Amino acid sequence: MTTYRSFSMYRFSKNLSQWIVNITLMLVSFIFLLPLIVVISASLSDEKALTTQGYSLLPQQFSLAAYEYIFMGPERLVRAYSVTIFVTITGTLLGLLIMSMLAYSLSRQEFKFRKPFSFILIFTMLFSGGLVPTYLLITQVLHLKDNILVLILPYLVIPWFVFILRSFFAGLPQELIEVARVDGASEWRIFFQLVLPLSTPALATVGLFLILVYWNDWWLSLLYINDPNLFPLQYLLYSIMRNAEFLTSNNSTSMLIGVELPTQTLRMAMVVIAMGPIAIAFVALQKYFIRGALIGSLKG
Amino acid sequence: MIQLTNAPQKEKANPAARKVSDLSGRLSRVLRDLRKNSAFIFMSLPGILLVLVFSYLPMPGIIIAFKNFKANLGLWDSAWVGFKNFQFLFATDIAWRITINTVFLNTIFIITSIVGSLCLALLLNEVRIKFLARFYQSAVFFPYFISWVIVGLFGYALLNYDNGLLNMTLDKLGLDRIDWYKSPTLWPAILTITNLWKGAGYWSIVYLAAMMGISPEYYEAAELDGASRWKQIIRITLPLITPLIIINFLLSVGRIFFADFGMFYYVTRDSKLLYPTTDVIDTYVFRALRQLGDFGMAGAAGLYQSVVGFLTIMIANWVVKRIDPEKSIF
Repeated sequence: MTTYRSFSMYRFSKNLSQWIVNITLMLVSFIFLLPLIVVISASLSDEKALTTQGYSLLPQQFSLAAYEYIFMGPERLVRAYSVTIFVTITGTLLGLLIMSMLAYSLSRQEFKFRKPFSFILIFTMLFSGGLVPTYLLITQVLHLKDNILVLILPYLVIPWFVFILRSFFAGLPQELIEVARVDGASEWRIFFQLVLPLSTPALATVGLFLILVYWNDWWLSLLYINDPNLFPLQYLLYSIMRNAEFLTSNNSTSMLIGVELPTQTLRMAMVVIAMGPIAIAFVALQKYFIRGALIGSLKG
Repeated sequence: MIQLTNAPQKEKANPAARKVSDLSGRLSRVLRDLRKNSAFIFMSLPGILLVLVFSYLPMPGIIIAFKNFKANLGLWDSAWVGFKNFQFLFATDIAWRITINTVFLNTIFIITSIVGSLCLALLLNEVRIKFLARFYQSAVFFPYFISWVIVGLFGYALLNYDNGLLNMTLDKLGLDRIDWYKSPTLWPAILTITNLWKGAGYWSIVYLAAMMGISPEYYEAAELDGASRWKQIIRITLPLITPLIIINFLLSVGRIFFADFGMFYYVTRDSKLLYPTTDVIDTYVFRALRQLGDFGMAGAAGLYQSVVGFLTIMIANWVVKRIDPEKSIF
């Protein structure tokens, strides 16, 4: 490798550039993580110290008051958590089932409506009726306002995910399916017992992205939910961002009366609590997300 | 094509049709197809129905842009007003403002995002220590997983006037505090940084994957010729991923008329003083609908966005198709 140049010179310049690269990336990483560090520190601060001394990289007078308050389980928070968990689990499972069935039929050459059905999906990526007609449809025609279904149904079929799944299914060895068919297996059996088990990597990737979509959604609740009992986590966060008292404005939290509300630290602790599951999932399952990013950009 | 769903009924109801042998042949073929495809039809039906309900059923509703909508009359019975809503919209400077803001900010976002994530990917591609590479990737990819509501609260921790990190830092440096949420001129820059922070990790990983897909033989040959690492980046890495960059660029340009509502709504905290530089089509439509209750104007602005957006997407897609048919939307 290094026959053409003096060995030590070569090592030196290579090491130097490695140092430059790593120091730059350390700085970049620090800047990217900075807001996260500030928020976590704030959530661990004493309310009064945070008010007077401000947000910083380290907690101002370490205190767990905000988390203590949260773990007393204010009803609104517990409800919002359950709404989000319910919506995420139901939406992800149902969405995966419906989208993979659709994607599988679109991947099969024998399916006569393959082309028109694909077009129906593609056209939605080019043109949409827009917010106002959709809003009228959901509120005036379907009457889904303040109905938990409105947090689930609109995201069940996301064309982009359908095409990711379709290209995966199309890449499966078709001879296997042919053999199963000759053996007399029905299309349903082939799909559920042969195709789906073979497709776990694609299902995992799309499933994780669906979890992200549902867990992080604030759009549908911003538009269609007024009933505080149906607020998902993200919308609750938005509400307490505008008004921290929102968490307590509920008659069933009487046991918390007398506790002074740590407004600022509480907001930040709520952020940490809302991010937690996603952050853990992200760190643990990063490779699936990265794979998803790649499929998404390469499209079959 | 024959109307497929009506086909079986027609055959029963109108025996005369059977006399026409050609038609009956076609019908029986359709029936056979339906039977053969019945499993696929049932599999695709739930998904297709959902798309029809949530994406197609609203489409006729675009006529609201041409109506004086009254909630008690409903969409169909409200009076037609022709292009009046559009006249109102374009008579004020609002239409101009939201169009300029949307296109201008998206243009900056597209350029900074491509340059930023490309630089990041080039840096990440040079890291030789696996553990560190993983750490950097996680750090820059992380913001992609955070909702805009949470990003809004992150922003608040940094920018709020009384005790935000930036103002505390300005204090320590002996400089005057800045009222960030009331200074519209600063926001194109703040939003550009936010957009870069949120998306650069994702895109850099996409580019990084493309870079790692480049055959090592190119680099080995270049090394034998004594090319420096820098030369290799300029002459090998960049040219080989240029097609991907162009495609991503064009696909983003296709969506230049659509703003990321969450960023503009939560990160600015919907601060009215910031509207001159941060009000975009999507936030205007939302506000006209939910806060002003002006359905006609909201509908007109929305339709304007849908139509112009449709055209830009079609043009961008046409260009993409000419470069690389595999990457086009259709």
